[in-house]
Amino acid sequence: MTEQNVTIYRNMKNLPSTHLLGTGTPMCAGCGGLEALNQVYDIVGDKSVFVNAAGCMTLLSVYPFTPFRGSWIYTAMGSAPAGAQGVRDALDILIEKKRIDKHEDMQVVVLTGDGSAYGMGMSATSGSLERNLDYLYLCYDNEGYGNTGQQFSAATPHAAKTSTSKGARGFPGFKKDLFAIWVSHKPTYVATVIGAEPVDLARKIEKMTKLQGPRMIIALSPCPTGWDFDPQETVNIGKLAVKTGVWPLKEYIDGKVIHTKVPKQRKPVEDYLKLQGRFKHLFEPVRNEQLINEIQNRVDTYWSEVQLL
Amino acid sequence: MKRMLLTGNGAAAWGARLAACDYIPAFPITPQTEIIEDIANWIDYDEMDARIVTLESEHSMITAAGTAAATGVRVFSATSSQGLLYAMEMLYTVSGWRAPFVLVNVSRGLATPITLEADHNDILAARDSGFLQIHCSTCQEVLDNTLIAFRLAEDERIRLPVIVNLDGFYLSFTREPVEVPNSDAAKKFVGDFNAENIRFRASTPISQAVAVLGGSAYSYFRYETHLAALNGITVYDEIATEFSAQFGRQYDVIENYYADDAEYVFVMLGSFSTKAKQAVDELRNAGWSIGLLRPRLLRPFPKEYFQKYLNEKKAVAVIDQNISMGMGGVLHSELAGALYDQTKAPKYLLSFIGGLGGRDISTEEFFEIAVAIRDAVKTGQTPPPRLMYTQAELSEIRKLQAIANVERNELTDKEPGDKEPGDKEPGEKTLGEEND
Repeated sequence: MTEQNVTIYRNMKNLPSTHLLGTGTPMCAGCGGLEALNQVYDIVGDKSVFVNAAGCMTLLSVYPFTPFRGSWIYTAMGSAPAGAQGVRDALDILIEKKRIDKHEDMQVVVLTGDGSAYGMGMSATSGSLERNLDYLYLCYDNEGYGNTGQQFSAATPHAAKTSTSKGARGFPGFKKDLFAIWVSHKPTYVATVIGAEPVDLARKIEKMTKLQGPRMIIALSPCPTGWDFDPQETVNIGKLAVKTGVWPLKEYIDGKVIHTKVPKQRKPVEDYLKLQGRFKHLFEPVRNEQLINEIQNRVDTYWSEVQLL
Repeated sequence: MKRMLLTGNGAAAWGARLAACDYIPAFPITPQTEIIEDIANWIDYDEMDARIVTLESEHSMITAAGTAAATGVRVFSATSSQGLLYAMEMLYTVSGWRAPFVLVNVSRGLATPITLEADHNDILAARDSGFLQIHCSTCQEVLDNTLIAFRLAEDERIRLPVIVNLDGFYLSFTREPVEVPNSDAAKKFVGDFNAENIRFRASTPISQAVAVLGGSAYSYFRYETHLAALNGITVYDEIATEFSAQFGRQYDVIENYYADDAEYVFVMLGSFSTKAKQAVDELRNAGWSIGLLRPRLLRPFPKEYFQKYLNEKKAVAVIDQNISMGMGGVLHSELAGALYDQTKAPKYLLSFIGGLGGRDISTEEFFEIAVAIRDAVKTGQTPPPRLMYTQAELSEIRKLQAIANVERNELTDKEPGDKEPGDKEPGEKTLGEEND
């Protein structure tokens, strides 16, 4: 067992009881993205520069306030990883040329939503991966352009109703496999997490902060306003995303993909779907058995391929 | 100090090297590429202590340039044309960060049609971005003004990125003898980079470039940037005076070529002004009272200098190597704005558009322009803006079109006389006819 595998986060009791991120942000009540960010920030710490792309979380730092104890810079929607490149390179240069002490160094963390990560920012992300940039990347994935009112994005799941897919069958496309796209670049580390599984999340962040190179994370982020559910259901929906197998928790490291939390007996996907207004048309006024089965089959196929590995 | 034969691109690269910049985010594009090739080679052979990183686009390149400058290192970058436009969102964005760096733009016409040769539509698209702009006309000026640009950008009264502009092909690929300052002297002139309070350090966390809500906070920061940009005239003058004292080469905000005692004045940007100078020489030999004004600084716009230099002139011809569709020459309208409330401003301000996409402007054409301004004074009438194009050029294009039509007809079995979509209807007005 290497040092990387030793975790201080064995159970909920080991998690920090107070959060580093300040309160009073303008995120929506029950925001699953903020839930994940809170937990990530506790472990990454304030010796960090968050390089942000346009999205909901751009509104975390509004002049002259910020919930971050560390540093922050907003860039644009398409190029946050390039922004991280500039910060990382500049810090390296300053240390190499002995203009700053090594203790002034920081983790550089890209913070983007799925709109940027799955779409506009893809080219800049791919570039940073091929350059083996030493940074963390956190994508909070609420499966749509949430900040503009939840239009569908490349992260939207099949059949979900969004403000640009209001028809009877919802979104006709399929959620892009960003994990696989990132993994194909063979970066240091890639993981999926969810705020509703904080121990799994903490272990992954702990592990990645000790590594070098590109370390990528996608946090599925239940979104009360975009997915249409009561804010108090955020954790419940998050847990169901994992238990139904809709959101596989996994990591890529040393050339292998490992599933970190395999549901023993997967719950039917409709347990997850029926709690969300964006899937209401699958159940009312009449149950759309065919579409529900289609979604279930896709999840079953995914997991049957996992078992084969 | 040593004398070398350098292209405009080579001179720009030497500027970055002598300014001891730390970081060069790069992306290749014609006609700029030689700049980053030179720098990459120097770094590979330990002749320059810097880091160069090739990004995957100019948009990313300017993002990285901005964040590196905002972290506290001296940054240089270079681009051209489509690249500058691809980066346009970030030009506007990073100037507001008030993190200084220098960007060289090698001017090239914009699509459509896609082309490689020079005009100024690319750089003028960045006019309102918050970058200051220095326009060069010789390779020496490119090197010297790259050094000056670092001082200008980093001055505490400014703290804005600066673009040094040179024309593609005409300057980028033309070798001229260039005095290359001694590296210690250049280093001393530029000084060490001082990030001031714009920097990332673990012990002093800051938030940069945060969002604002509402117009008040937004306006505050936009006005601050504008007021800082306006300081550029005074600060450039100061730095140029210091440069002249140290290196013996004088750079004024506006190059004034025999304009003081002239009745007529040409106004234009960039390397084609050297052609205008030749025309001025020949015209003066023939007894004309004519001169040239060439703004080096375009942002900030040297309004007061123009007002002073053009006071009581009879007539001015602005030759724009750019075209604002539906309006005309950009420099012409800017100058008209600067002179509007001046009681002794020249009455005749003529507009000529030429040199688009690398098209030459011949000495004879400058003579034509001189005649046009003299005639305007004589007749008391300002002629409409002129799109410079010769009958020979038009014939050449018509010939190409005829060849293309013949080829197409052969492929489609049409008779040569058959009507084609796009063929001119009788009476329809197109290029060339309005100037006949």
